[in-house]
Amino acid sequence: MSETKERLFKGGAFLTEDLTGDDIITPEDFTEEHKMIAKTTEDFVNGEVLPKLENLENHEFEHSVDLLKKAGELGLLGADVPEEYGGLGLDKISSSLITEKFTPAGGFSVSHGGHVGIGSLPIVFFGNEEQKQKYLPKLATGEMLAAYALTEPSSGSDALGAKTTAKLNDAGTHYILNGEKQWITNSAFADVFIVYAKINGEHFSAFIVERDYPGVSTGPEEKKMGIKSSSTRTLILEDAEVPVENLLGEKGRGHIIAFNILNVGRYKLAIGGVAGAKGALSVATKYVNERKQFDTPISHFSLTKEKLGTIASEIYANESAVYRTVGLFEQRMGALTDEQLKDGREVARAIAEYQIECSMGKYMATELLDYAVDEAVQLHGGYGFMQEYEVERMYRDSRINRIFEGTNEINRLLVPGTLLKKAMKGELPLLQKAQGLQEELMMMMPEEVGTEALEQEKHLLRNAKKIVLLGAGLAAQKYMQKIENEQEILVNLADMAAEVYNMESAILRTEKAISKSGEEKSKQKLLYTQVYVQEAFNRIEADAKETLIAVEEGDTLRTMLSSLRKLTRHTPTNVIAKKREIAQAVIEEEKYTV
Amino acid sequence: MNIYVLLKRTFDTEEKIDVSNGRIEDESAEFIINPYDEYAVEEAINQRDAHGGEVTVVTVGDEESEKQLRTALAMGADKAVLINTEDDLEDGDQYTTAKILHAFFAEKEADLILAGNVAIDEASGQVGPRLAEALGIPFVTTITSLKIEDNTVTIEKDVEGDVEIVETSLPLLVTCQQGLNEPRYPSLPGIMKAKKKPLEELEIDDLDLEEDDVEQKTKTIDIYLPPEKEAGRVLEGDVDEQVKELVSLLKNEKKVL
Repeated sequence: MSETKERLFKGGAFLTEDLTGDDIITPEDFTEEHKMIAKTTEDFVNGEVLPKLENLENHEFEHSVDLLKKAGELGLLGADVPEEYGGLGLDKISSSLITEKFTPAGGFSVSHGGHVGIGSLPIVFFGNEEQKQKYLPKLATGEMLAAYALTEPSSGSDALGAKTTAKLNDAGTHYILNGEKQWITNSAFADVFIVYAKINGEHFSAFIVERDYPGVSTGPEEKKMGIKSSSTRTLILEDAEVPVENLLGEKGRGHIIAFNILNVGRYKLAIGGVAGAKGALSVATKYVNERKQFDTPISHFSLTKEKLGTIASEIYANESAVYRTVGLFEQRMGALTDEQLKDGREVARAIAEYQIECSMGKYMATELLDYAVDEAVQLHGGYGFMQEYEVERMYRDSRINRIFEGTNEINRLLVPGTLLKKAMKGELPLLQKAQGLQEELMMMMPEEVGTEALEQEKHLLRNAKKIVLLGAGLAAQKYMQKIENEQEILVNLADMAAEVYNMESAILRTEKAISKSGEEKSKQKLLYTQVYVQEAFNRIEADAKETLIAVEEGDTLRTMLSSLRKLTRHTPTNVIAKKREIAQAVIEEEKYTV
Repeated sequence: MNIYVLLKRTFDTEEKIDVSNGRIEDESAEFIINPYDEYAVEEAINQRDAHGGEVTVVTVGDEESEKQLRTALAMGADKAVLINTEDDLEDGDQYTTAKILHAFFAEKEADLILAGNVAIDEASGQVGPRLAEALGIPFVTTITSLKIEDNTVTIEKDVEGDVEIVETSLPLLVTCQQGLNEPRYPSLPGIMKAKKKPLEELEIDDLDLEEDDVEQKTKTIDIYLPPEKEAGRVLEGDVDEQVKELVSLLKNEKKVL
């Protein structure tokens, strides 16, 4: 990307640094090429995939294979594969836009994501030269399709508890794999599986396993609640013979691969969550414009507007946040040399730096999606419960997102855990900031907030960051190493941190838009930001209060609560009025609009 | 073979369109390549692939039209020319466009010029035929098949649903109808290559034209949207009664019988 001259931020630095709009990448920064790539993807999905969606929902997976190959011809499978291995080696914004535009394809977008993301990336990032030469050109065109096999019946979030074993045969030519991998996306047709197994029952390692190897088979198709357009089966390994050269990465280092791939999977799910919410909003808005009750289109009722306004504001904040995260990868990769860029491990490392942001994006955006599809069904009334209506499928398809690539609970627990680790290692000045805060709060006087655009929101953001530091500092001090037993508090901290990230992303995006196109043209963005920031701040306040009450008692608690009150003192925004205004624009456009 | 495509940037009629003060609001409209011109681009690429040569896409428009030209380049065209009239012309009609294109083609040796049958915005279908007349070359409109062997061109032409087979020769101008081909999606490698393909920008001055030379011959008095579709009406009773009522409605209320 051209705009890499900015400051390079560490993962988690959003809590300790103050940024300006120029520090982040926003959807308004997309280039013409980005838009063309998005358009091709959109046209492909509308023109080729959607007409086949019913077949796909009926598990006619020959269509999935055919469509994936067609996508390959257009280059839609090769964005993340380097050019020297037959891919396009595009920037991460391009591949994110492809992910976004595949989302309306429902379960098929999961097939696509399973192939280009978790299926192909382990080889892109961690394959050796021979493995890359052998597999990537075929994966980039769709000649071969990929799947990822980590989960087992008894090990989900606890991936290292895998029971699948690998044993070198006497001739030293093959690893013999035994075990069952469960819920494997693309398993009906995938040609290659990235499989995790423990060598000699102890060294957790990754393997490239071809479908045709002796001892490899799949179970029956699972009967799922949603994403029926994707294939999900068990991968059965019975004395499966995997050539030694198909060990991926180093023996016993499989967790490194698994961990990095999950990061990628998470940010891609975040993009899908935002895109799915946009789809739900658009379907719902078209319906409420058409549906009349009491002789009035139900879009005229202010309660309808409240729902549309809330969803749209949440979309704006989450969209700002996920593309900011993608921008962070881009900026970090921009700092790599050409040599480093060719080394997949460096690219994976650049992404892994932002594991906090990846996790936050995952739980925030997938919960936004669930909220949006739920309200979209609600706005359809009884019709939303009927299968003839698209929204019924959207509702079912949404639910898995809060579960896969690490449940949202696991992702939440990771956020404060990683932040504290970074603080301990001295990578983030979290603890110093938290200590300084105690003194600051004693002296703190009420701040005069100006009336210029975004001043109130920036004020709330500054204080929200302090509230998170207050909570995190207090909990760290009180529980020290034992903090991992306090999961409720960790989750509160994770929520507050993610709200701060979303708030800040929305504010900075709007600030950047205003400085570029003026306030008049940024009106909708400003409204979204005002609504989101106010509501996020209210949630932060409630979480913080609950946290303080759980951690402290007596006089200390009273002092803490009084500090919190100092930080939360403000004149709130009238969100009801602003949501009506937001909804009006959405109702006119019949979709999310900025 | 020197193949040229006449391309127009138009608003997408499948998206929402706002009209105010007799003009279409650019801000809210979505812009695309005129869909009939997409058939022309696709056909040009196929003919080039079959016979060799080069495809040049030409548009008369403004700065913004560059996007549609880039899309055509991403589909596979080789070169693009933007005749930018933004600074010189307030308005224009089919005469204006044909006149400018005539000046442009005066010094070119075009073997084949392809255009859309009509543009979906103003739907005049005139620019192609006018240009062919001015250049003194044959033209065939609404084609659904194009076969070139040596200098003989065999064309299937859509005539209100029937097919007419026409034989002619190069140089030639055709306008393309739905059914001619399936326009491809610009592929990602195509999009990346399009950045580096030549896109020449001209003004009418470069074509030795003055503003007066191309002044429009028609005047647009007003633009308005079609009336909003109202809810249908369900007739009741047995079939005989319904037919009677329908006929009476068509006669008396709609006055179409």
